This record gives sequence, structure tokens and C-alpha cells, in this order.
Amino acid sequence: MAQELISRNIPPALKSITDFSFRHIERTMLDNGIPVYFMNAGVQEVIKLELIFRNPTFNPAQPLLYNAANRLMSEGTSKHSAQQLAEMVDYFGAYYETEQSTDNCSVVLHTLNKHLASTLPVIHEIITDASFPEKELSVYKQNNKQRLAVENEKVGSVARRKFSEIIFGPQHSYGYFTQPADYDKLEQAALKSFHRSHYVSNHCTIIVSGSVTVDVIRTINNILGKQDWMKGNGASTPSLKFEPVSQKINYIEKENAIQSAIRIGKPMFNKTHPDYAGLQVLNTLLGGYFGSRLMKNIREDKGYTYGIGSAVVSMIQGGYFFIASEVGSDVSSNALEEIYKEIGLLSTEAVPGDELQMVKNYMLGSFLKSIDGPFNLGDRWKGIMLYDLGYDYYDRYINTVKSITVDEIMQLAQKYFQKDSLYELVVGKK
Amino acid sequence: MYDSGDLFLVSSRLCFSQFRTNCKYSYSILIAFSKTKLSNGLTVIVHEDNSTPLATINILYKVGARDEDPDKTGFAHLFEHLMFGGSLHIPEYDAPLQLAGGDNNAFTNNDVTNYYLTLPAQNLSTGFWLESDRMMSLAFSPKSLDVQRQVVIEEFKQRYLNQPYGDVGLLLRPLAYKVHPYQWSTIGKEISHIENASLEDVKNFFFRYYCPDNAIMCVAGNVESAEVFKMAEEWFGEIKRSFKDDRKYPVEPRQTEKRELTVERNIPYDSLYRSYHSSSRFDKEYYAEDLMTDVLSAGKSSRLYNILVKEKKLFSEINCYGSGSFDKGTITAEGKLVKGVTMNQAEEALDEELKKIMSTPVTDEELTRVKNKIESTMVFSEIDLSGRALNLAFAEYMGDANLVNTEVERYREVTADEITGRAKEIFRESNCSTLHYLSKK
Repeated sequence: MAQELISRNIPPALKSITDFSFRHIERTMLDNGIPVYFMNAGVQEVIKLELIFRNPTFNPAQPLLYNAANRLMSEGTSKHSAQQLAEMVDYFGAYYETEQSTDNCSVVLHTLNKHLASTLPVIHEIITDASFPEKELSVYKQNNKQRLAVENEKVGSVARRKFSEIIFGPQHSYGYFTQPADYDKLEQAALKSFHRSHYVSNHCTIIVSGSVTVDVIRTINNILGKQDWMKGNGASTPSLKFEPVSQKINYIEKENAIQSAIRIGKPMFNKTHPDYAGLQVLNTLLGGYFGSRLMKNIREDKGYTYGIGSAVVSMIQGGYFFIASEVGSDVSSNALEEIYKEIGLLSTEAVPGDELQMVKNYMLGSFLKSIDGPFNLGDRWKGIMLYDLGYDYYDRYINTVKSITVDEIMQLAQKYFQKDSLYELVVGKK
Repeated sequence: MYDSGDLFLVSSRLCFSQFRTNCKYSYSILIAFSKTKLSNGLTVIVHEDNSTPLATINILYKVGARDEDPDKTGFAHLFEHLMFGGSLHIPEYDAPLQLAGGDNNAFTNNDVTNYYLTLPAQNLSTGFWLESDRMMSLAFSPKSLDVQRQVVIEEFKQRYLNQPYGDVGLLLRPLAYKVHPYQWSTIGKEISHIENASLEDVKNFFFRYYCPDNAIMCVAGNVESAEVFKMAEEWFGEIKRSFKDDRKYPVEPRQTEKRELTVERNIPYDSLYRSYHSSSRFDKEYYAEDLMTDVLSAGKSSRLYNILVKEKKLFSEINCYGSGSFDKGTITAEGKLVKGVTMNQAEEALDEELKKIMSTPVTDEELTRVKNKIESTMVFSEIDLSGRALNLAFAEYMGDANLVNTEVERYREVTADEITGRAKEIFRESNCSTLHYLSKK
């Protein structure tokens, strides 16, 4: 009967993915010149609206200024207290977040379409009229210093932040290691002044995704498109050089640590570089999926860890490559040895063709997931917009994944993964 | 042979339900699905969505940490790891799935073990092959057990022992539960239970619980219902193993006096944890309790945040949430004290807020706000395909897959008085287990 049609001994025949097409962003502009990129997709009547402000030049004397300004905008305006502002957004079931990344600070609103007109004015008020009340600032300082102290007890958290300092340099915005005293440097006057000059209309880019109807665009223009936003001088952020430390092998001891956090890697280029896509394939093979070399060895064969992975990350001023794991302290040295062994193998032994095919198939399937749904489609645009790249970036990426050869993979490993070019950090006990 | 008698179809349409001009309620799109049960008892739900190139398979097994022997805890979770170590005809789960362009994950909690995979819809057969083979039988390799034992032990260390405040759950649970299996965490009571797990134990566990009639499968995405039902019968139909449901969870006796435990740890700040006995996810009281904890601590408009963190500056962070468990659960209030604040001060202030919600009904504004938040969260959770599949499987476990579309009504119906009633019952001192987690420094 039915059983004759299936065979459990051989895998079902696979069909390759042929269609990688996806919807592209559309663009318009508000009356005051703010560019709006929108993605009208999906069935749910929801809106995700993101206002993106590129970070200014980093000043190590005031290291938390722009992140704190972003976080504290919602803590009061001339008309409403922090609690009132929160109530005005929460009442409609909407969510408002601020996000700070290495290159940008954003204000993000998630709301049902129905309530956009009620909630967006709150966002407008926060962006144009933030007052940074002293009492909110002092609570922010106190609570964040406590949070930082707790984070400093976590080997993984310390490793992540210290590693950035090692490979980018302590004075670079990507590498700066925040100290509790940095919170004390924040002052209301400086925050206000920064906010006035930075959160201006010509520093802003809007991405909106979801059920973006004509009505939605009109509402956004009515509320955010007016001339009451100031204009700034539009200065752009210069790229600073990375200044990695001279010491390649680094160790921070933590008393009583039963696990050590390991980070190995180096500063790299970003996604505008022609080798970036190939490097992503190499990285996936090494540690970018569950079947990777690192997972198979260090977790699935040796049981040294609950998880190990690697990534190649792109940022505007350049990128980086890293391997990360938390391993039993007693096996720290063994784990390091195995990690370097796996990295070394990629330079000396050609990856078997069927293993490379599996990595390719996995990456192409993963790409399909990344273009599914309105918010993912919005993110795909954001991923190229910030680098002034066009959608052909994704065509080239797909082509590289499909066509990269075993030899090219080995060449990339030889070029970029030499052991003496890598930095190592262990936090815990060796 | 599956019987097509149990097809339940709800069409996708906008549903303006109780919409009013004062904007109290919003609307949601219904999730359409079909459902059937194979002759071996496996429940199969299908949700079609042809706007995506993907398909997802979610299989929920009705077994969790609460089903474990008190001397052999951590099993359900260890077992979840072993499910990837090879089955009867397939040496390794992950590789064929990755080759098909797919990805997967799983989680275990006190009540269920849930597996989910996503892959390009044209390769759905691969998902069926993998899931049916491992439901049929695992390979039970000794090497796999050895390795996963180590991996789980590292997980125990990474998440519970090597993190500041990591072992709170391991202390709070046995304080609140003296009899019921919820007294231990999913990870297990102690590492030795995992170390001592034998292959025999593992086999018994599998054959006992991993049966088709103890599972719910939901397939969602660019699929066709009739085709999926046919595939389900082809791949899963021959698994005849049946689950003998003679489970009886010991009932936790009513707590009659407050309990307290004080410990010291190498952490920078004192913290406070209060656990109160509450309803189960299946009880009708659950909805009022869920809204109650939202009033207390959901977001920056919530009470505990504004009064205890912002105004009185006694806590640097505070949270209040329900366990949502399938047997009677707990509602926990937890927070980290600001340096210099005494435990007495912190507890008095928290008690004051709890007394308020026990005595005065929440305002109209608060009630509307938390109801709108719940609905909004539901709508946003439906964007992701695997989220929909998971929600359908869970709703089916709760007795009716269509709850994904109707449960929002139960929230809408909750009154302020009901919330006050729940608060009075829950926040009694004699219902409370308190953990004082103090800094050694």
C-alpha cells in the first residue's frame, strides 16, 4: 500500500532552489526632505517604522554620549514625563524601542496600522523635544553601572567586549571598553546640545515595512514631514583606522570560573569587498552552522562546549572575523588546540565536494528565510543601503555561493586565516 | 488510513470584532488550518501559506521535565539532544536537512518537548523522512549518549553555574514545590543525574513517551493540505507504538505558611525573588493573571517599573511574570536591589505595590492598555511561519487548535474585578516562597 512508495534507506530526492527573487524597496520623500524607503508586504496589518541616524565621530572623552542620548530621549519632553510618554504608546499596544549599533542609532516603532496615527506623534515629540530630565539621568547612570558590574561577572560578556578592544583598538568606537566612570561623565547640558544638533531631519533615514498603504505614507508625512524639524549641517562620519593591540595572545583570569570564554579572530573588510561573499562560505564551513567543522569537533565529538560558532561581520568602517565559545575550564587548552587545528586544515586540505555542496545548500536555504516576510525584506534593503550598494549585491552573493570552488575556498583560507594573523583571548581559567 | 472526517476549515478574512470608535479593541486576521488524526493517533494540522517559498514542520511531544523520576531528572532535556544523534535508517539528523537547505531547533520545558524545522517547500519530503524515522526509533548509539551527556553538563555549567544569578531557579523551585515535579528545573536537579544516565534509561524513556498518539504535528507554509495528509499517512502511519497514559502528577498541597531561604553568592548586588502559587495555562483564571502581571511589570508604563525603579529607586531592575505551565504554576516577582538599599526596604516597597493591586481595581486605562498589548503581541507573533506552526500545535494541546484565533476573546472579557480577585488569592503571604540572594562582597 502506501509503504511501497517511500523508502527510508535513501533520502528523498532533493530539488534545488531556483527562484531567489524578492520584492525590492520603494522610495518616496517627506515634505521636509527625509527619504522614506518602504516595503509593502505581508498580510498582517502591522507597521514597523525605523528612523535611522548615523553615529557621529566618536570622542573617547565622551564615549557614551550618542548611545545615552538615544536611550534617554524617551525619558521626558517639555510636555510629558517618561511615564506619560510610555503610556501614550503602550495604550495602543504599540512597542517603541531605541537601538544602538556600532554605526547607527535608531528609533523603532512597532504598531498595528490602526494605531499609527495615535502613536507616531509620540515618536515625533520624543525626537524633536527630548528634555533629558536630571532625575531620569541619575537613575539611568546608577542602574546602568549596576548592569555593567553584573555583565563584568560573565566570562562571555567580558570576552566579547574585550576582544573588540583588542582587534579595533581602545580608542576606536568599535573597540572602546566601557567603564563605570563613563556613565558619570554624562551631563544633561551636553546631552541636550548633542540631541539638538544630531536628531535633525537631514540626518534621518526612514525605513517602514508591513502593510504600508498610501494612508500610512500620508500619516507619516503629516506627522514627521513638517518643517518643525531642524536641519543640521549634514556632516558625515569619517572612517577611523583600526589599531589592534600588539599582543596576539591574551588572557584574563577570573577566579572560580568553571568555564572559560574563548574568542579568536581579527579585523577584516566589510561587505563591499569582492572577497566578502566567498569568505562567508568559508566561514559557514568553519563555524557558521550546526554541521560546521568547529561544532562537529569541539561540541559533537569532544563535548567540550554547549556551543561554538564563528562569524564574519560587516560594519561601515570595516568588519571582523571571530570564533567564540564557552568551554569547560579544564579543557580550555584542548579546545584551543582543536580550534587552531580546524582553522589550519582549511588551508592545507581541500574540503570534500559534497561537504561544500551541503554548506552551499544550507546557505541558499538560509537566504530564502532571510527574504521571507515584510520585516526581513526591509532588513535586506537596510543591509545594502548603509553601504551604498545596490540589489545586485545579492545577485553576486548568490552567484558566489553557488559557484565557488573547492580551490577558491582553500585559497581564501590561506589568504585570510593564517594563524599568526589571528588574535586570541581567553577569559576564565586555563 | 487517515479519516477525513475531522477537517476543520476557517477561511482567512478580516474580522472586525467589537470595534469601537474609542479604539479599545483592534482586529486580527484569522489563521486558516485543516486538521486530522491518523489511525495511530498522531494529530496532524496543516496551515497553508502560498506567499512564502518555505515550509515548516513542528512536532510537539507531550513529555517534559514533569514526567521525570525525581532521582533521574534532566532526562527529557538530555533526550532532546539525543534525538539528533541518528535514527533507525538515518545516521545523523542534521546533515540531510542542511543538504536540503533547511534548518532546525528544539526546546524542552517542564511540560513539553518541541522540535521544529524549516526548509524550502519543494523539499518537504526530507522533513517527513527525518521526523518519521526518529519517531519510529532512535539509533541509541553509546557514543552519542557519551557526547551529549558532556554537552548537557557544559550547558548546565554555562547557563546555571557559571553565570551570576544563574542558579536561582535551582533554589526557588524546590522552595515553592514540595511534592509536584515542577520542583526541579528542566536542566535537572544536579549534574550527577545527567552523569549517571544510562543507555537503558534512555531507551525506556523513548519507547514510553515518543509515541504518535502522544504527539501533535503542524505543517505550515507553501504546502497543500490533502497532499500533506497523504504524506503524513505514508511516512508516519506505520508507527504503531501507543502511549499508555497512566500519568498522575502528584498534586502540590496548598501552601499554608510563607517560606524563606537566604543564600550568599559571588555577585555584585543583592536580589530578591518571590514565588506565589497561581493557576495553570489551562485554567480560566489564567487570562486575568496574565493581564495582572502585565499591569505590574510589562514595559515602561508598568507599575513596578515606575514606582520601584524610577520613583523610589529601590531596584535597578524588576520583573513580574507567570510560569504559564500546564499544571498549577507560579507567579514570580524578582528584582535587583540598588546598592545601599536594605532587603527590608525593598520588600516593604514591593509589598506596598502588591497590596495596592489586591485592594484597588486597575484603572480603565490600564486594563485597555494591557489588553491591547496582548492582542498586538499575538498579531506580531503571527508574521513568522514557524511561530504560527508552534502556536497551532500548542493550541491543539490545550484542547482546540482554533484557540489561535479565539483566545484573544478570553482576554477581552477579563474585568478589573477579576484581576483584583486573582491578586487577592495569589499575593497572600502564606502563598509565598521568598529567596534572598545576597552578595558575598
